[in-house]
Amino acid sequence: MIGDYVRARSSSAPGRIVAVVALALVVALVLGFLLVPIVALVTYQPLGGLIDELGKPVTTDAIVVSLKTNAAAMLLTIGLGTPLAYLIGRRRFRGRRFVITLIELPLAMPPAVAGIALLVAYGRLGLLGHALQVLGVDVLFTPAAVVMAITFVASPFYIRGAIAAFEAIDATLLDVAATLGAGPLRRMLRVAIPLARTGLGASAALSFARGVGEFGATILFAGSFQGVTQTLATAPYSLFDANLDQAVAIGVLLLVFSGTILLTAKFLWSWPSSISISR
Amino acid sequence: MAQLDIDIALARRSFELVVALGLDAETIAVVGRSGAGKSSLLRTIAGLERPRRGRITLAQEVWLDTEHDVRLDPEDRRVGYVPQDYGLFPHLTVAANVRFAARRNRPDLLERLGVAHLAGARPPQLSGGERQRVALARALARGPRVLLLDEPFAALDATTRAQVRDELAQELNELELPTLLVTHSFDDACALARRIAVLDSGRLEQLGSPAELLSAPATATVAALTGANVVDATATRTAGGSIVRLEGGGELTSSTPADGPVKIAIHAWELEVTEPAASALTDRILSVRPQGGGLLIKLTRFNVQTRPQDTAIIEGSTVGLRAAPTDVRILSADTAPACDSGHLEGTATSG
Repeated sequence: MIGDYVRARSSSAPGRIVAVVALALVVALVLGFLLVPIVALVTYQPLGGLIDELGKPVTTDAIVVSLKTNAAAMLLTIGLGTPLAYLIGRRRFRGRRFVITLIELPLAMPPAVAGIALLVAYGRLGLLGHALQVLGVDVLFTPAAVVMAITFVASPFYIRGAIAAFEAIDATLLDVAATLGAGPLRRMLRVAIPLARTGLGASAALSFARGVGEFGATILFAGSFQGVTQTLATAPYSLFDANLDQAVAIGVLLLVFSGTILLTAKFLWSWPSSISISR
Repeated sequence: MAQLDIDIALARRSFELVVALGLDAETIAVVGRSGAGKSSLLRTIAGLERPRRGRITLAQEVWLDTEHDVRLDPEDRRVGYVPQDYGLFPHLTVAANVRFAARRNRPDLLERLGVAHLAGARPPQLSGGERQRVALARALARGPRVLLLDEPFAALDATTRAQVRDELAQELNELELPTLLVTHSFDDACALARRIAVLDSGRLEQLGSPAELLSAPATATVAALTGANVVDATATRTAGGSIVRLEGGGELTSSTPADGPVKIAIHAWELEVTEPAASALTDRILSVRPQGGGLLIKLTRFNVQTRPQDTAIIEGSTVGLRAAPTDVRILSADTAPACDSGHLEGTATSG
């Protein structure tokens, strides 16, 4: 048998033991490195203390601010990002690659830089700050600033994934939809979006996870004021000098949240794709 | 004037699709090799391609007129388009697929095409034949005035294919819509259409009835599509026609006068097997298999269909071949010029 031949050739018994041990060490090292901080976070205080900390106003305020601002950011991202991604995913036009790169740019940008960029764009002394002030709009250190920071940093995760999901749709289906009397809007709503739904859902989940964890841009552009702009992501930073227990409790909460989102996205991606009909 | 008039020029990667065609309430089969431009023709009529130049009218309605900048969107042309693989929406049930086109439920259509019991099923659960019927029901739900079917049998196995073909033939007969049906099979074309348009490299080579294509193919491409033996030869004019010397040796007599390099086309059933000594053309038998009531003999240069006969037909043996001079059709060796002549503007009005 070929398999026996390869096995016989590939290693003598001692060599094989060394290889297995080395491999096990590498695996243990990597997993351990990732796992230890997580275990430390979760076991830092007893469960009772953890729950107590999570019931305190600082935490509940941060939860409320996080939920509100992230909900608004997701609405903006999905509401505006979906048609944009559909356009980019289904049309070939001059400058398309440039537009995609522009959308991806915040992904490569350190969040703190994003915060500074927002500050010098929409802050009081920023590029558009004066114009906004004339209009009576001052976003700095308001929940609106949190929404802007989150949208700036997290929306590319959704839009990029959505473009790929729309690109993957069989063009014939959209063509047929047109010949069946469906105009552009109906084609997008009734054919493209349902067909791209798993990709859209997974991208939205990732974008949401990124948004909830958004720290750098938020703290620079919106600050961290309890009940106003302090989110679950910025609260531990503001708290950890004064109250490490509370910072850790919020950390555990975010950890559970991230894990849930990650599993959701994976579940969506492994969903049997119904895009193609096999012949 | 025909009901549907098409006159278009569409730039493709390696050639230009140039077709002028008129259809009444009839089915025209568009046949040709893959890449001949068949699907592009359907897509252009449906409004899914932008031709460089052209005019498409349906009765009084102008769908496309590049000269006057008229270009109806696909959704505004009343076509029933069924692409290859049928293009059913996998996320919608059969009933919802049909409702997408009709904007209301059409149980009558599902009933008529024999798929009512599948109303709640989704396309991935259907067999090839069922998909074909659902796709047709959906196309009809649109209330089309033209039907465009692209390779309706490509995705079907041989048994299903025969059945679906018969059903479709009957359906098309009852519909009485101008219908263009793309296929690469001359057999399918004959079964479904009274007229056949042969496309090659974007050109309409011939438009005619199956009988016309068989008895008088305009070009070697057409002859080859009908399944005829097409062989290169050199013709020499004689009193009653010409003598053609075949490439690879041997000669035949044709009743058509011709000179110089030509291609000849002879159908498999027009060749007769004789003793090698009795014929000026010989060939070696590669394989023999029964077909219909007779035999299909594959030789190195020819296919011959014959009844069982006296001459020994043994694989590997050499036999003589002969054909009636009227069956030895002479085609121009150079096929290109033929498609620029009269039959291109085949706006014939039979029906």
